[in-house]
Amino acid sequence: MTKGRYGIHGGQYIPETLMNAVIELEKAYNYYKNDKEFNDELNTLLNEYAGRPSLLYYAARMTEDLGGGAKIYLKREDLNHTGAHKINNVLGQVLLAKKMGKTRVIAETGAGQHGVATATAAALMGMECEVFMGKEDTERQALNVYRMRLLGAQVHAVTSGTGTLKDAVSETMREWTRRIDDTHYVLGSCMGPHPFPQIVRDFQAVISKEIKEQILEKEGKLPDAVLACVGGGSNAIGAFYNFIEDEGVRLIGCEAAGRGVNTAETAATIATGKLGIFHGMKSYFCQDEYGQIAPVYSISAGLDYPGIGPEHADLYDKGRAEYVAITDDEAVDAFEYLSKLEGIIPAIESAHAVAYARKLAPTMGKDQIIVINISGRGDKDCAAIARYRGGEDLHE
Amino acid sequence: MSRIQEAFKGKKAFIPFVTCGDPDLETTKQIVYEMEKAGGAALIELGIPFSDPTAEGPVIQGANLRALTGGVTTDKIFDMVKEIRQNTQIPLVFMTYANVVFSYGTERFLEKAKNVGMDGLILPDVPFEEKEEFDIVCKKYGIDLISLIAPTSHDRIRMIAKEASGFVYCVSSLGVTGTRSSITTDIGAMVKLVKEENDIPCAVGFGISTPEQAAKMCQNADGAIVGSAIVKLCEKYGKDCVPYVAEYVKSMVEACK
Repeated sequence: MTKGRYGIHGGQYIPETLMNAVIELEKAYNYYKNDKEFNDELNTLLNEYAGRPSLLYYAARMTEDLGGGAKIYLKREDLNHTGAHKINNVLGQVLLAKKMGKTRVIAETGAGQHGVATATAAALMGMECEVFMGKEDTERQALNVYRMRLLGAQVHAVTSGTGTLKDAVSETMREWTRRIDDTHYVLGSCMGPHPFPQIVRDFQAVISKEIKEQILEKEGKLPDAVLACVGGGSNAIGAFYNFIEDEGVRLIGCEAAGRGVNTAETAATIATGKLGIFHGMKSYFCQDEYGQIAPVYSISAGLDYPGIGPEHADLYDKGRAEYVAITDDEAVDAFEYLSKLEGIIPAIESAHAVAYARKLAPTMGKDQIIVINISGRGDKDCAAIARYRGGEDLHE
Repeated sequence: MSRIQEAFKGKKAFIPFVTCGDPDLETTKQIVYEMEKAGGAALIELGIPFSDPTAEGPVIQGANLRALTGGVTTDKIFDMVKEIRQNTQIPLVFMTYANVVFSYGTERFLEKAKNVGMDGLILPDVPFEEKEEFDIVCKKYGIDLISLIAPTSHDRIRMIAKEASGFVYCVSSLGVTGTRSSITTDIGAMVKLVKEENDIPCAVGFGISTPEQAAKMCQNADGAIVGSAIVKLCEKYGKDCVPYVAEYVKSMVEACK
């Protein structure tokens, strides 16, 4: 009976009110994913509008700086239109929603990148758009709130719970149960009830498909490790997916440790969470002994989530992927490091993966290759990082 | 005949809901007694608070937050029910979220629930497709896992009704819990579909607050469930809410007759 399982994870733990909506979505997706016209249309959007394929860039200075260990390549998802990998999924889902006859899309957002991407696709395809964002996040990502409004979306500041990403997801789910007929919920990560984890993964898998082609062309072999930051895990699952069968490729997800995995102020789900059921899925969640979801913390609004997508939970169970925790301090250092060394300002989320590469590369050989997925650009983070450093107060 | 079945026998059932521990467990206990004694409730839903109740509107979200902030836990609620059971035989049903049961250990949770004298369990985030892992354990301990049907269920109603036990919870409207000025769903049609498959009581919930609404719902179904309107009284009057809740429940019971 139960659908969308990844090992013991996944499933469809949602109110009955939404069941026919996800069943309808699954049917539509199963039809359109094999429809040539749909795929042609999506590929045109990805190539002509979002700017795919994204570059795979050899970071020579970073490679050299880390002592000439592994060669470091950066997958430049930050160069996509709207500045992050989120657009890959959103163009797919909004196009699918349009084919399904929906006229309105709703979305949650953490850092604001998914909200901006959804507002962008909605503007492009003539759909009504409403975005739910934790109140705390609307403050630390004020620029993205402005961008969404500029793009014609309505932005709701969510004050329930901790006022962060998990509350934005809860509120978007509530809104979906209020208005289903004309509305599609564009879920931004590889999480939630089936079929969302699969749909998001499939639309993001273009990242690893391109990495594979590009690295074979440049190096004639597969990378030794692929690194990506993980909150819900959409950029990571996209970067991992086409390498899952290639067992020589280490897949490493970098979680947000916040102020450290031994403190309460962390969002590292694999390091500190346990099995649970929340937001439509069975997976690992940060929670207390009674199953109350923990108020997690990370400097990165996009990784500030108490759970992880079910496919990641399964990759972890199977030992196919590794998950490491990176603190705020390490991420901020990496944010500045990549900016100064390579002239690339990564999103603070992506900086978590850069931080781990700085530890990993020196332990590897010259003939080895690391690919870091730079999931987004860091312009949105400049004001917050300046504040973190106790320096100037940049007016956003 | 189970206590839940008896609650519907020969009468329309008014089913009030209260969030355990809002404002504190002692008050919850008194609310339960008075809802039965002074009010005449047929069955009572006890909400175990959850940090992120995705099926609730702002009123019950607030109650969950107040209860958790006050230090209420699942174990303390079990202790409270154990005491309540020494004084009343009214059917009691837990309403909570999947993770509260799952993280406690589904087997351990239901064994305790049975031991303290619970009759049923409602999990709004566990639809038909996912119910088995909970239902097997519920059956083992003789607890009814209550099935929900919604205005969007359509062709799913028969499938759900066929395997339902205790009573069927008919969700009156789209959206989350909370009072509504009007309910437009054809409840009679939903109930008819259920009864064609299974001779089981149907109670309507979500959005009901006035005696007029309750009376109307009871014309087409076997009972009415009210949560947010009661929780609002708990919020407004705090520890002094008991007589207000009892009076309100009494007016609703009258309307359902």
